[in-house]
Amino acid sequence: MIPAKFDYIRPGSLEAAVRALADGGDDAKIIAGGQSLLPLLRLRLAYPELLVDIGGLPELRGVTIAGDCLLIGARTTHYQLVHDPLIAEHCGLLAQAASTVADPAVRHRGTLGGSLVHGDPAGDLPAVALALDVTLIARGPGGEREIAARDFFVDYLTTALDPAEILTGIRVPTLGPGWGYRYEKFHRTAQAWATVGVAALVRRSNGTVAEARIGLTNMGPVPVRAAAAERAAAGAQASRDALHAAAASADEGTEPPADLHGAPDYRRHLARVLTGRALAAAAGV
Amino acid sequence: MTAQTEVPAELGQARLRKEDARLITGQTNWTDNIRLPGMLHMAFLRSPYAHAKITRVDVSAALQLPGVVAAYSGADFADEQGSLPCAWPVTPDIVMPAHPAMAVDEVRYVGEAVAVVIARDRYVAADALAVIDADYQPLPPVLDIREALNESSPKVHEAGNKSFEWTFANGDLDAAFRDAPVVLERNYRQQRLIPAAMEPRSVVCSGVGGEYTLWSSTQIPHVLRFLLAAITGIGEQNLRVIAPDVGGGFGSKLQVTAEEELALLITRKLGRPVKWTESRSEGNMTVHHGRDQWQRIRIAADTDGRIRGLAVDLLADMGAYLMLVTPGVPLLGAFMFPAIYKMDAYSFRCTGVFTTKMPTDAYRGAGRPEATFAIERIMDELATELGVDPLEVRERNWIKHEEFPYTTICGLTYDSGNYEAATAKAKELFGYDELRREQAERNARGDSVRLGIGVSTFTEMCGLAPSRVLGSLAYGAGGWEHASIRMLPTGKVEVVTGSSAHGQGHETAWSQIVADQLGVPFEDIRVLHGDTQVSPKGMDTYGSRSLAVGGMALVSACDKVIEKAKIIASALLEAPPEDVDFSGGVFRSRSGAGASKTIQEIALATFAAHNLPDGVEPSLDSDATYDPDNFSFPHGTHLCATEVDTQTGMVTIRSYVAVDDVGKVVNPLIVEGQVHGGLAQGIAQALYEEAVYDDAGNLVTTTLADYLVPSAADLPSYVTSRTESPAANRLGVKGVGEAGTIASTPAVVNAIVDALRPFGIRDIVMPCTPERVWRAIQTAQGEAQKGAPQSGAQEGNGAA
Amino acid sequence: MTQINVTVDGVSYVDEVEPRLLLVHYLREVVGKTGTPIGCDTSNCGACTVLMDGVSVKSCSVLAVQAEGAEITTIEGLANGEWHPLQRAFHEEHALQCGYCTPGMILAAADLLRENPHPTSQEIREGLEGNLCRCTGYENIVRAVRRAAETGVSQ
Repeated sequence: MIPAKFDYIRPGSLEAAVRALADGGDDAKIIAGGQSLLPLLRLRLAYPELLVDIGGLPELRGVTIAGDCLLIGARTTHYQLVHDPLIAEHCGLLAQAASTVADPAVRHRGTLGGSLVHGDPAGDLPAVALALDVTLIARGPGGEREIAARDFFVDYLTTALDPAEILTGIRVPTLGPGWGYRYEKFHRTAQAWATVGVAALVRRSNGTVAEARIGLTNMGPVPVRAAAAERAAAGAQASRDALHAAAASADEGTEPPADLHGAPDYRRHLARVLTGRALAAAAGV
Repeated sequence: MTAQTEVPAELGQARLRKEDARLITGQTNWTDNIRLPGMLHMAFLRSPYAHAKITRVDVSAALQLPGVVAAYSGADFADEQGSLPCAWPVTPDIVMPAHPAMAVDEVRYVGEAVAVVIARDRYVAADALAVIDADYQPLPPVLDIREALNESSPKVHEAGNKSFEWTFANGDLDAAFRDAPVVLERNYRQQRLIPAAMEPRSVVCSGVGGEYTLWSSTQIPHVLRFLLAAITGIGEQNLRVIAPDVGGGFGSKLQVTAEEELALLITRKLGRPVKWTESRSEGNMTVHHGRDQWQRIRIAADTDGRIRGLAVDLLADMGAYLMLVTPGVPLLGAFMFPAIYKMDAYSFRCTGVFTTKMPTDAYRGAGRPEATFAIERIMDELATELGVDPLEVRERNWIKHEEFPYTTICGLTYDSGNYEAATAKAKELFGYDELRREQAERNARGDSVRLGIGVSTFTEMCGLAPSRVLGSLAYGAGGWEHASIRMLPTGKVEVVTGSSAHGQGHETAWSQIVADQLGVPFEDIRVLHGDTQVSPKGMDTYGSRSLAVGGMALVSACDKVIEKAKIIASALLEAPPEDVDFSGGVFRSRSGAGASKTIQEIALATFAAHNLPDGVEPSLDSDATYDPDNFSFPHGTHLCATEVDTQTGMVTIRSYVAVDDVGKVVNPLIVEGQVHGGLAQGIAQALYEEAVYDDAGNLVTTTLADYLVPSAADLPSYVTSRTESPAANRLGVKGVGEAGTIASTPAVVNAIVDALRPFGIRDIVMPCTPERVWRAIQTAQGEAQKGAPQSGAQEGNGAA
Repeated sequence: MTQINVTVDGVSYVDEVEPRLLLVHYLREVVGKTGTPIGCDTSNCGACTVLMDGVSVKSCSVLAVQAEGAEITTIEGLANGEWHPLQRAFHEEHALQCGYCTPGMILAAADLLRENPHPTSQEIREGLEGNLCRCTGYENIVRAVRRAAETGVSQ
């Protein structure tokens, strides 16, 4: 209920934030929206000694288009993801998935960067970032670094960021014409975490699927791409039956957890069913 | 002569609530709002083990922290804390172990208090807890009551794991089952629930010179005062208990808790006011839990579905200790298994068993939802066995409208009812026949999303309770309620009630009742409650009793006011009392050519006392203590339509109709609101909620992230309606607070099973999670493939 | 200790607070706004919902130091001489029983109507997914929000 004590600093610039984080060592942590961190602090599951508040840094907000990519600041809130016109136009999957996170009040505060760095495989946005093949941009004492999404999620609640690095934004290749998308989230109640979630992108070429990308939420210690199902879907007919058939291998290579809401075999089954549904929706059939 | 305008009766008026103004503007009086000069904050260190010997509790490091005033372990209270009370020793040989407020030598559930710190604020108190050194020697947990009764099981208490066995029987059960053409046996699981009222518990205590005031988020200020005085030795006259605004109870705050007792003992020890407010995770662990039974039900019937006999065998999980009414909760359901049905024989047995878990106790319905669930589920089974519509088989067995009042096989006399009317109305609102047709079509097509229709025709016994009946059941207290009425000199009215509302709108409904009885305006009445100094006598609020019992106490008190006023009025009107009528707030002399006096005029005249007859006290103030002579028996027919996605197991409720008969209605808004709220909790038991312990005895569902209390997005809109069969009391009112919860759980589960019967499925263990539904379908389809008989029966095992 | 400047219900405050102080505790215990309750520790129940710079937030999941420079509206600041249309609608539709969830529910509803002035019942239910009520079963809450929307609420 009550967090343990910590020191607090609210730097006025990104450089100052990087310095503060580096000076703070292993026990320093970034706080942005705090929607993942506050519950951990209150349940005393996390004991940072220093919180570096990047809440005031303007360079971490904003959505701009640069060539064939969108640049999204790490501090962009879920609410902003849902409402930003550039995101709606160029990577609507992110908007649709963000709209399913928690509830409106949490979405007003929670950030894209916070979700990605928290690295919870049960969170919605990591699987989406994986499906979109985003590039994560980090700033540390040694300067700026880019990390591909597929290299970013290393283990449960563990990313490839160094402790002294701050995620400043992501770069998302824009989805051109022919792409459809769907984030299919299966959860027991509206507020509940996804038992399983499927982020699907499908590029149609007339009546067939030219390319499919599938990211899975809560099917392992990290978000995973359902590579076998992607391969099966590529070249498949853009029909419900064909795409459900392609989804039969959606759970290959996954290690779904067992918890109150599902045993591994049930999650595998859900992943297959939901992938079929997500592919069909993304394909517009 | 003054023209009298007809004042419309308040009974049945949808009056907006007097309570609302402070609640919607944030001018509330929650216990946690209270700040007293010099007040300190308490925080409890709680056992991380389900069962362990406490080998060491060292609070010295906590005492070193700045701002920490005191810290204690159980040993510091061993001599004075006594035992938290159980007021219901249901059998003479019941095993009722000592229950220390703070554990001294041994802990028996995760969360049991082992130490307490008292500090200047809650933040320092939390830090102090983190540095207390406590060592334990773990003992084996006892987690499954079916195994706990084995000789080889570890013991929760030295006296053994069985607390009691209670039986009841009437009629010749052997004859009923012998040669019965239809005999069904089913096993059902009532999962453990967490009541989860929105306001976390909070206690504030202060005391000067041996006189104490305790504020608590409680449903039972009067009972709490009596029992805390008894346990602590503090004179009852020196203890004032106040329930300020209380944010929901549902039975969870019908309790005498460790924290309340310890707050009192610590205030006495330290001479400083103290406050304790729980966190949600603390509450999920240590507010008493609800339900938790294994049920074996057997029914014997004729070929036409007429019930011959019913046999019920329950195992009830008490948890680690018997708390206030823990052993009695399953027994409250004992008389409700026969429900609305006639039968020749009935037997009931309940075995109460200890486990190393949080004790169970009353939670909305307290024994009756468990009973209604079992009978309504097995009635559906009977219908399926006979190939008869589930409503049809019920109608063949229920008590006919003309047969009321009717004495059941349990010896209860149901006052009134009209199951035919409620059912007909429900069917019409629901579109029952059209939905059955749609269901048949979709089943024939083999749709992957199946429609299920669930039925629940319930009654319940509430308006707790006739004191003699409570006595016969060995319950420690009575079931009366108290009210006092004061007419102020200016004609306004103060009503003091022993009921203790925590959301039920008594201030409004009681104003309506008194307005009708005394003929005074609704706005002129103020209802006072919840403070033992203001309302000195009462039996508090639970068991849907306040209107049926507390409301009737008001009526009795008003009768006395009118009687006193009539004597004074007749003197002022110079007419004999027999010639004076009272109606609409006015006393009129039949002979006196239009002479009249309002009750307000009588109140003023009484205050002035200038012209009172000899020997008449200058007071209209009256009180009454009303003891009901029977329970009240609301009933209803609920119909639920569920859509079951057989591919994922997801269940959604497509429509829900509740037609309830709660007798006459004082305030239809309040009644409808109680039904809505009850439905939400009953549906949540069917679909979402379960208090889950792991193999080590840790509560897994400690937060609202895991214990799934539904939001508006997770529940359907309800269609509610009523029929009206007046109760036997003068107001004609029955209780409503628990009815929605009692009825809805079986309605939902019956609907899910109904959807899945084509697969050979007969049961889904609650909560009917998508995984459980899916697994039931897999199992049934697997058996079908193997060519095995399609039983699909799911023996409840509590596993996810 | 960190100094914060916060405006609460139109009044500005300057305070020294521990960084770990939750905004909801700051409001309740430092500023004295006990109208905002606390119901859980995992930001599920929404009882603590307030408006921060015009949008709903769960004040148990915000540190007071993060509210530096912000304008907070609590339930106590919603009425403006007379009740806000949502307060009136909750009263008229009997959308509260014990009242504990009510401040958060009303402020969440205010935010919902700001976002979507004419929501359907389904949109209301989804918009209030972050606010739990144990008493009302939500039916009357949905009616109240619809009613307030009909009277034309603007925040």
